[in-house]
Amino acid sequence: METIPLETHDLTVAYGKKPVLYGVDVQVPKGKLIGIIGPNGAGKSTLIKAIMGVIPLTSGWVKIFDKPFKANAKRVGYVPQRETVDWDFPVSVMDVVLMGRYGRLGWFSRPGKKDREIARQSLDKVGMLPFADRQISNLSGGQQQRVFLARALAQQSDLYLMDEPFVGVDAATEAAIIAIMKELKEQGKTILVVHHDLPTAKKYFDMLLLLNMRVVAFGPTSEVFTNELLQKTYGGRLTILSEVADAIRTQ
Amino acid sequence: MNIFQNIPPFDFHEVFVMPWTEFGDVFIWIFVMGFLVTAACGMLGSFIVWRQMALVGDAISHSVLPGIVVAFLLTQSRGTLPMFFGALVAGILTTTLIEFIHTKSRVKTDAALGIVFTTLFAIGVVLISMYGENVDLDTDCVLYGEIEYVSQDLTVSLFGLFDVPVQVARMGAVAFCVMLLIVFFYKQLLVSSFDPGLARSIGINPAIVHHGLMLLLSITVVSAFEAVGAILVIAMLIFPATTASMLSDRMPIILGLTVVISAISSLLGVHLALWLDVSTAGAMSVVVSTLFGLAWMFSPNRGLLVLAMRR
Repeated sequence: METIPLETHDLTVAYGKKPVLYGVDVQVPKGKLIGIIGPNGAGKSTLIKAIMGVIPLTSGWVKIFDKPFKANAKRVGYVPQRETVDWDFPVSVMDVVLMGRYGRLGWFSRPGKKDREIARQSLDKVGMLPFADRQISNLSGGQQQRVFLARALAQQSDLYLMDEPFVGVDAATEAAIIAIMKELKEQGKTILVVHHDLPTAKKYFDMLLLLNMRVVAFGPTSEVFTNELLQKTYGGRLTILSEVADAIRTQ
Repeated sequence: MNIFQNIPPFDFHEVFVMPWTEFGDVFIWIFVMGFLVTAACGMLGSFIVWRQMALVGDAISHSVLPGIVVAFLLTQSRGTLPMFFGALVAGILTTTLIEFIHTKSRVKTDAALGIVFTTLFAIGVVLISMYGENVDLDTDCVLYGEIEYVSQDLTVSLFGLFDVPVQVARMGAVAFCVMLLIVFFYKQLLVSSFDPGLARSIGINPAIVHHGLMLLLSITVVSAFEAVGAILVIAMLIFPATTASMLSDRMPIILGLTVVISAISSLLGVHLALWLDVSTAGAMSVVVSTLFGLAWMFSPNRGLLVLAMRR
C-alpha cells in the first residue's frame, strides 16, 4: 500500500497559554494540490511550521510518509513567506537555489556539479536562469517568489509545503507558479499551499483544508467550497463574508 | 588656539621606514597582533552583522570586565588562564542571559541586551571600587587594550622556527579556528542566517548554529580585548564586515575582503599611531572606520557617488 504523504493526529500548538491550533487530524492523499484556507490568525502558517517541527507541538504527532518529520525531512520541500528573509543578504540567485540542495549534502560537503546542474534546471523551469548570478536584492516580488519556487524544485521532494506563494506577485508569475504546481502534481507529488484568496482557491486546488484553529472541513474542493462551510470558517467577519458571497456568485 | 598644533610633522622616513629597519622585532608583532584581531573579528563579524546581531559583540566585550575581576578575586592571580576563563564565562553568561530574558518575558532582544550588559558592567565597576586596593587591575588596559606591549610578553617557540609572543600565538590560534570553522560550517551558517525556516526544515538547527556562533564570538572577543580593549573590539567586529559588504554582494568575497581590510587597517594603524604618538588600537579603529567611509562613498555598486550619478 502507498504510504500517506502527510498525516497529523490531534496536532495542537499553543503559544504560552494561548492555543493557536487545536486537534488537527488530517490524512493528506498523494498527488493532490491542496489549499489551506482560513481567516488571518487561523493558524495556517503555524500548521506548516508545526508539521516541520519549526514550532514545538503541545500535543499530537505528525508523520511524513509514515515516519517522523526528522526521518523524512529530505522528502519535504518548503517555500517560506517571501518577507521572512532579508533580501539584501549577500547571496546570488544561484546561491539561494543551491540552498535547496543542502539537505541532501553531508555535513561538510559543498554543492557539486550535479547540484549546480539541478539548480540551473530548476531556475530554467521558473524562467529565472538569466538571473542566476544576480544579487537577490535586485529582484521584483514576483522574481523573488520564482527563486523560492526554484529552490523548492531543487529540493526534489515528494511533499511540498508553501506559505502564501501568491502574495505580492504579478499575474504572469502567478500563472507560472500554478503551471509548475500542476506539473509537480502530475509527477505524483503532493503540494500544500497556504492561500488567502477565495475566488482563486476554488479554481486552483483539488482539495481544500478549511482552517480556523480547528479543521472546519477537509475534502475535495467541489464538496467543501460551500457557503455554509466557508461562513463557518470565516465566522462573523463581514468583509470576508461578502467576499465569499461574491466568490460563490461568480462560480 | 591652533587645534592642529598637536600634530607632529610628517616624516616619511621616520614613520614608514624606521620602524621596520630599527625596531622591526617590536613593530612586526604589533602589526601581526592587530591583523589577527581584526581578521578574526572581521570574519565572524560578516555573519554577525548580517544576522543583525552586531551589538551582541558590544555586550560581550563589556561583560568581560566583571568576568576578569571575579576571576582575579577568586584566584588572586593575574595569570592569563584565570583571566581568560573568567572573561569567557562572563561572555557566555551574557549571551545566555540575553536569550533567557528575551524568551521568558516580553522584553525585546535589544532591550534585553541593554539590561544584561549594563548590569554586568556595573557589577564590574562596583567590584573594582570595592576591592580597589587589592585589585591590581589596570582598567585602562581593559577598556583600551595594550597592543603596544605585545612583544614584551613571554614568547613560545612555534614549530621550533620562530619565537612568538604568547598573546600573538593565542590570537593566531583563535583566528585560525574561526577561519576553519567558517570554512567547514559555511553551508550551515549561510542557510541559517539567510533563512532559518528552510534551515530547520532540512535538519539544520538554527538554535545550535546561533549558540555555536555566540560561543565563538565570546572566545574571539575575549582573546582580542587584551590587545584592543573592550570598546574598540566592537569596531573590529563591525567595520571590516560592513566595509566589505559595501564592496561585494557575495558572502565568500566579503569574507576574503575582511581579511584584506584587516591587513590594511592594521598596517596603516600602527604607522598612524607612530606618527601621531597615540594609542595603536585607537589608530587602527580610525583607519578601519575611514575605510568604511571610503567604501560607502566610492563603492562601484552602491556607493553614494554612484547613486548620485545615476540620478
